[in-house]
Amino acid sequence: MQLIRCPWCGPREEVEFHYGGQAGVAYPADPAALSDEDWARYVFVRDNPKGRFEERWSHAAGCRRWFTAVRDTATYRFER
Amino acid sequence: MSRVDGYGRIDRTRTLTFTFDGAQYTGHPGDTLASALLANGVRRIGTSVKLDRPRGITAAWGEDPTGLVQIEEPFPEPMLLATTVDLVDGLVARGLGGRGRLAEVPDTARYDRRHTHCETLVVGAGPAGLLAARTAARRGDRVVLVDDRPAAGGALLGTERICGRDALDFVADTIAELRADPDVRILPRTTAFGHYDDGFVLALERRTDHLAEPPRNVSRQRVWRIRAGHVVVATGAHERPVVVEDNDRPGIMLAASARDLLHRYGVRVGREIVVFTTDDAAHGAAADLEAAGARVTVVDPRPGAGGSATRQAQVVGTRSDAEDGAVTAVTLDDGTVLPCDTLLLSGGWNPTAHLFSHVRGALRYDAELGAFRPGEPLDGVTVVGAANGTFDLAGCLAEGRGETPEPVARTTRVVWRTEGDPARQFVDLQRDSTVADIARAVGAGMRSVEHVKRYTTIGTAHDQGRTSGVIASGITAELLGVPVESLGTTTFRPPYTPVAFAALAGRERGRLYDPERTTALHAWHVEAGAVFEDVGQWKRARYYPRPGEDMEAAVLRECAAARTGVGILDGSTLGKIDVQGPDAGVLLDRIYTNLMSSLKPGRVRYGVMCGVDGMVIDDGTVLRLDEDRFLVYTTTGGAAPILDHLEEWLQTEWPELRVSLTSVTEQWATFPVVGPRSRDVIGAFAPHVDVSNAAFPFMSWLDTEVDGVPVRLARISFSGELAWEVSVDGWHAAAVWQRLLDLGAPYAITPYGTETMHVLRAEKGYPIIGQDTDGTVTPQDLGMDWVVSKKKPDFVGRRSFARPANLDPLRKQLVGLLPVDPDLRLPEGSQIVELTDALPPPPVPMLGHVTSSYRSAALGRTFALALVKGGHARIGERLTVPVGEALVPVEVTGSVVFDPEGTRRDGEPGVH
Repeated sequence: MQLIRCPWCGPREEVEFHYGGQAGVAYPADPAALSDEDWARYVFVRDNPKGRFEERWSHAAGCRRWFTAVRDTATYRFER
Repeated sequence: MSRVDGYGRIDRTRTLTFTFDGAQYTGHPGDTLASALLANGVRRIGTSVKLDRPRGITAAWGEDPTGLVQIEEPFPEPMLLATTVDLVDGLVARGLGGRGRLAEVPDTARYDRRHTHCETLVVGAGPAGLLAARTAARRGDRVVLVDDRPAAGGALLGTERICGRDALDFVADTIAELRADPDVRILPRTTAFGHYDDGFVLALERRTDHLAEPPRNVSRQRVWRIRAGHVVVATGAHERPVVVEDNDRPGIMLAASARDLLHRYGVRVGREIVVFTTDDAAHGAAADLEAAGARVTVVDPRPGAGGSATRQAQVVGTRSDAEDGAVTAVTLDDGTVLPCDTLLLSGGWNPTAHLFSHVRGALRYDAELGAFRPGEPLDGVTVVGAANGTFDLAGCLAEGRGETPEPVARTTRVVWRTEGDPARQFVDLQRDSTVADIARAVGAGMRSVEHVKRYTTIGTAHDQGRTSGVIASGITAELLGVPVESLGTTTFRPPYTPVAFAALAGRERGRLYDPERTTALHAWHVEAGAVFEDVGQWKRARYYPRPGEDMEAAVLRECAAARTGVGILDGSTLGKIDVQGPDAGVLLDRIYTNLMSSLKPGRVRYGVMCGVDGMVIDDGTVLRLDEDRFLVYTTTGGAAPILDHLEEWLQTEWPELRVSLTSVTEQWATFPVVGPRSRDVIGAFAPHVDVSNAAFPFMSWLDTEVDGVPVRLARISFSGELAWEVSVDGWHAAAVWQRLLDLGAPYAITPYGTETMHVLRAEKGYPIIGQDTDGTVTPQDLGMDWVVSKKKPDFVGRRSFARPANLDPLRKQLVGLLPVDPDLRLPEGSQIVELTDALPPPPVPMLGHVTSSYRSAALGRTFALALVKGGHARIGERLTVPVGEALVPVEVTGSVVFDPEGTRRDGEPGVH
């Protein structure tokens, strides 16, 4: 079980965390202005890189704060 | 008896009695079952799993592939190694033919778990591990030292010297120094069985099996969850045999194991011993056994190895004319037959690098060793001593201190097998797998050792190929004509040794397996004879059967009471979120499909939440408590996920909103009081409150006090009937509930459970999110366009409502179904097809499925809710529901099958 560093609480076991997928996918400013395709891209499509990935995590069983972390999807290592 | 005076660390002043295969024997404290059996001359332990060949003890500790026993007393346990079972008085065991038997009685022993943290974890208390632990402790680290044997020292036998002293004295002094350090924890009889990311190691401590009378307050086994900054793997090495024909007989053993048995237990494994070795270490074993009174012949093919008495030859086979199948002679490649009662084998040593491998450490083949050893180092992990392929004592001590050892010349000759019949050359003795099996695998086209392993089953038994894995790689390489390094070895995975499920479960069994949540009224429900159902972790009263009633009868009675008199439900499990802050209304407007900010304090509104995909995720009522405060009710199952959902949007998309969220699910008990007579009950309960429709209209609430107890009354209905929800803090819940029952007695107030709640809501077409929906259902599919705001510019999910797929008239939509036979209740989950007398050949087009189905007291018939393709346009049509072999005709109706005009909400006409 990995240790994940919560920016508020410090390193904690991974079972305390909830994974939130790719970071930086902002809610569109005006969804109604988007084409169906662009809206579907926002709702369903995410990057799936092998290697460095910016992700959202939530310290669900701790402080319940969301944060962004960078993780290598091949090695599971978090950048500190 | 083959016990030798002057050897061993057993307590010979005390005698223990035990039973094996029905016969009584004696041993001593400090013995294992294996050492005691060998001391008594018992060599045949069981038979092999496929070929039924006699098998004995082939190693002295956990690497033994053959000596499996079933323990009968003190508690039945299958498939334990005789070499790792501590001998206790009264032990009853029997040998196995490869399969054991689980206990048929419950295990009353306790198992538990502990967490610990340290800077340095050292696994293995041999010379390298001891020095590593001492070095770390002197540095000021918190240290945990685990070792799987009862006493520290590892492979040290007491014949070596360290720093000019007897090695075992050095071990005792080092342990004493470590014990005196409050930051050091020493765990003997503890096997580190799994190594995971970031210094996380699981270890199993065996705490009581060696005790004659285990204290009641000590768990039998404990799983240690160790988080270490640095892991030192000092787990030693396993000797490997050379494969020869008929190498599986009792009396054939690893050389170092025979030496171990002599020095630890004072057991001399034979009188007439042949040692066949291609490595130097076994010569020491031969000398020790000779000194202990055995006649020893050493066979070593290496020129000049050993003394002049050594025969430069190879063993190519064994014979037995003994009743127990034990070896009585060996054959050499020069044709000589040597009579013996024991054959010791040694082909070199395999570093025990499992814990390095568990964390994806790469092993590389060392041709000089004939073994795989740790390759590229890993962060936070150090492998020292024999586990690192450093076999000399000075080297082990140096690596333990963190120094680089002097190089030592290697003299092992790597010999996987000698000449002979491959079908009788056993590679994995536990699996009865031979060289012939490997040849078959290679002949069938296998090229990877992982495939060979699975084809031959080599390395898949309890010992996971400790002694056979490398040999299988070596023989496969020989057969393929490729170097061993090009094949690699199979992957080591946790657990290192078998771990009982009971130990992994620890205290989390029976009632402690999963937390149970109960409401403040649980004791009352139990007393009232409620039948409970699990709703997530909640125990909810499902119905309250009276004598002679089954569920159907009880639910019909409870439903009738709520529709004609008054009923009361414990609805405390509903999720409740206190939403506070100046922007609370803004947040809820963005989350709910309808407008919440326009709600006035004192009023209640029903709302639906969707995901961004426009699918319904939850519903419930919202009370506006104040200008900047709302109380959001979620479904019971939605309490935690919806709080998370709100937090996610709040924190990650709209951090500028000044809102805070708090779960108050546990703080409020809530009792719906439901039915045409509910006004009488609430009026009597809160006589100072005007409960008329004019003063207390539907979807309003107020706070008041009853006998000094703050209570909240809200006119909310999940049944279509006149109803109030009474909310009170948990401390006063039981008293308020009882008071409502007392005041309702004149109206025959009837407690009802979740089943009746479901029937009443289904009659009104109110969906249960997660039962009538499945994550692919929109508010429009539920026929709830009215709950979707047309005014709000945006809310979560809104944009998805405009997708073409959401506008498809053939989407599955919620409708009611009335079986033509009013007594037939459709099974929930039934598929729905076009009206037909005979099913067409498959695939039959499916129109949807039944989501809820009940018998209605109010309608005097059965009904169902269903998701049906284009269902809203099919109202009035007939469809078919196949139920078993029957084709049941049903009529499609609107989803509201009872009182669709909503005339009952304010009470029965004529009542008040």
